[in-house]
Amino acid sequence: MNWSDIGDAMFGGVADYGAILALVSNSVIAGAVLGLVGGLVGVFVMQRDMAFAVHGISELSFAGAAFALLIGWDVVTGSIVGSLIAAGLIGWLGARARDRNSFIGVLMPFGLGLGILFLSLYSGRSANRFSLLTGQIVSVQNAQLGWLIAISILVLLGLLFIWRPLRFDSLDPQSAAARGVPVTAVSLGFMLLLGLIVAVAIHIIGALLVMALLVTPAAAAMRIASGPWSVPLLAAGFGFVSAVGGILLAIAGTLPVSPYITTISFLIYLVCRLVGGRRGRVTRERIA
Amino acid sequence: MSSSATSDAQPPLRIRGAALRRGERELWAGLDLDVEPGEFIAVLGPSGSGKTTLLRAILGLEHLSAGTIETAGRRVERRGNRHIGYVPQQRPLPPETALRGRDLVTLGVTGHKFGFSLPRRRERDRVDALVADVGAEGFADRPVGELSGGEQQRLRIGQAIADDPGLLLCDEPLTSLDLANQQAIVALIDRHRRERGTGVLFVTHDINPVLDVVDRILYIAGGRFTLGKPDEVLQTSVLSDLYGAPVAVLRAGDRLVVVGAPDAEVSHHHHHDGDELGGVHA
Repeated sequence: MNWSDIGDAMFGGVADYGAILALVSNSVIAGAVLGLVGGLVGVFVMQRDMAFAVHGISELSFAGAAFALLIGWDVVTGSIVGSLIAAGLIGWLGARARDRNSFIGVLMPFGLGLGILFLSLYSGRSANRFSLLTGQIVSVQNAQLGWLIAISILVLLGLLFIWRPLRFDSLDPQSAAARGVPVTAVSLGFMLLLGLIVAVAIHIIGALLVMALLVTPAAAAMRIASGPWSVPLLAAGFGFVSAVGGILLAIAGTLPVSPYITTISFLIYLVCRLVGGRRGRVTRERIA
Repeated sequence: MSSSATSDAQPPLRIRGAALRRGERELWAGLDLDVEPGEFIAVLGPSGSGKTTLLRAILGLEHLSAGTIETAGRRVERRGNRHIGYVPQQRPLPPETALRGRDLVTLGVTGHKFGFSLPRRRERDRVDALVADVGAEGFADRPVGELSGGEQQRLRIGQAIADDPGLLLCDEPLTSLDLANQQAIVALIDRHRRERGTGVLFVTHDINPVLDVVDRILYIAGGRFTLGKPDEVLQTSVLSDLYGAPVAVLRAGDRLVVVGAPDAEVSHHHHHDGDELGGVHA
C-alpha cells in the first residue's frame, strides 16, 4: 500500500459524496442522537467513576449481539438483552466502587470470550462479525436505525426525569439518602439507561470503542468547565461533533467510521486538556 | 420565611426506649432523648459505639429493634427526611467535579425533585439567601473541587438548612478542618440554631471545639448512655462508671482529654458510613 492507495481509501468517494450522503442520512441522524445522549450520560459516568463499568457492559452487550447473530435473532435486541443483564448484575453486585471494579474485571473477559465463541460458530456474512467489535454504522439497516434512534431518545427522556436526584446521588449519596432521595432506585435506573445507550453505541462505533462517545466527551468538557449546565451541554456538543463529524469524514472514502469518531473525540479531549491545564495548576497551588 | 422549628409545640426530636442491633450485636438499647428547640447536644463516644447509626436511625435509614423516634411529633417511617438537616463529614471532592459551590446548596433546594425543569426564580432566590446565610458569597461561583475543606463545609451546611429544618444532625462535621475553620463552622451552626430555634445533634470525637456552645452531652459507650450537662458528664467518676473501666478526665490547658477509654469492640460489619476516627478526646 502506498500513499495514493491511502488517499483513495480516505477520499475516493469525494466525487459521489452527495449521493453517498443521501444513502446514509439515517446513519448520520442515529450518530447525532447517540453523540448527544452519550455525552450527557458520560457526565454521570465520570461523576460516578464508572468508565470501567461502561467497558464491562459493552463486552456483554457484544456477546448478546453475537448470540443473536448466531441464532438468527435481531442483533439490536440481542445487544440490549446482553447490556441489561450486565448493567443489572453490576448494579446489584457492585454497589460499592471497589467491589464493582473487581466484579467487572471478572465479567469483561467472560463476555468478550462468549462473543468471540458465538462469532466463530456463525457462518454468515463475515463483514457482520467484526462490525460488532469495531462498529460500522453505515451497514446497519434502516429499520434497525429507527430502533437505535428511538432507544437513544428514550434514554434522553429517562435521564432528564432523574437528572436532579441522580446528580445529588452522584455527588453525595449519604446526604441524598438523608433528604429522602430513593438512592437505590435512582442508581439502578441510571444503570438501566447506561445499559440501553451502550447497546446503541456498539452498533455505531463497536463494543471496543464505546468509551469514545460515553467517556471522552464528558471528560473533555470537565477539563474546561464546571457549571451544572455548561458541562452537560459541552459534553453533548463534543459527542455530537465526534459522531457526526466521524461519519461525514468516513463516507468520503472506504475506511470504517470508528477510527474517525475516536480520533475526533480524542483531539477534542487533547485541546480541552491543554486549554484547561492552567486551571489545574491554579487548583494545585491553592491546595498547597 | 416561616420557621418550622418554632411554630409547633412538638419537640424537634423525641426518642423513647430505642434499641438498635446489627446482626447478633446490640449497639445500644434503652435510649430516651428529648431535644428542645434551639438545643445543642453533642454526641460523644468511642469509635463503633453507634453514634453515626443513631443519626441514620433518626433519618429513617436504619430500623430500630425496639422503641420509637418522633421528629416534630411524627413517627419516623420513611427513608430520609427533608425536615431534618444533615451535615456529613467533610470529604474532599474530586478537583474535576462538574459543580460550582452554589450547586451544592442547590442540591438541598431541588436535588430531591424528579422531572425536568429549568431553574425557577424562587429557587434561585432561595439558594442566594442560603449562600448568604452561611457566608459563602465570596466563593459560591468557583468550582467545588477548588474550594478548601472549610468552604465546602459551609456550603454543605447551606444545603442542610435548605428547608429550614427543626432538627440539624451533624456527623463529625469538623473532621480534617484546621482549628480556625473548626471554630468558624461551630460558630455558624451555633448562630443558626439560636436564630432559627433549630435543635442540633452534633456527633464528634472531640468535645473541645464545641465545649463553649453545647447545652448537653449524650455519651455512648458499650451500649449504655449518660446524658447531662457537660460538667455533669465529663467527670472521671461518671465516665469510669459508663465504661466500666477506670477512665480519667484531664484538663490540659483549656482542653479536656479523656484518658484510658477503651474502644468499642470492633464491628464485623463494613458499614460505609462508619469511618469515625479512633481515639476519644472529650
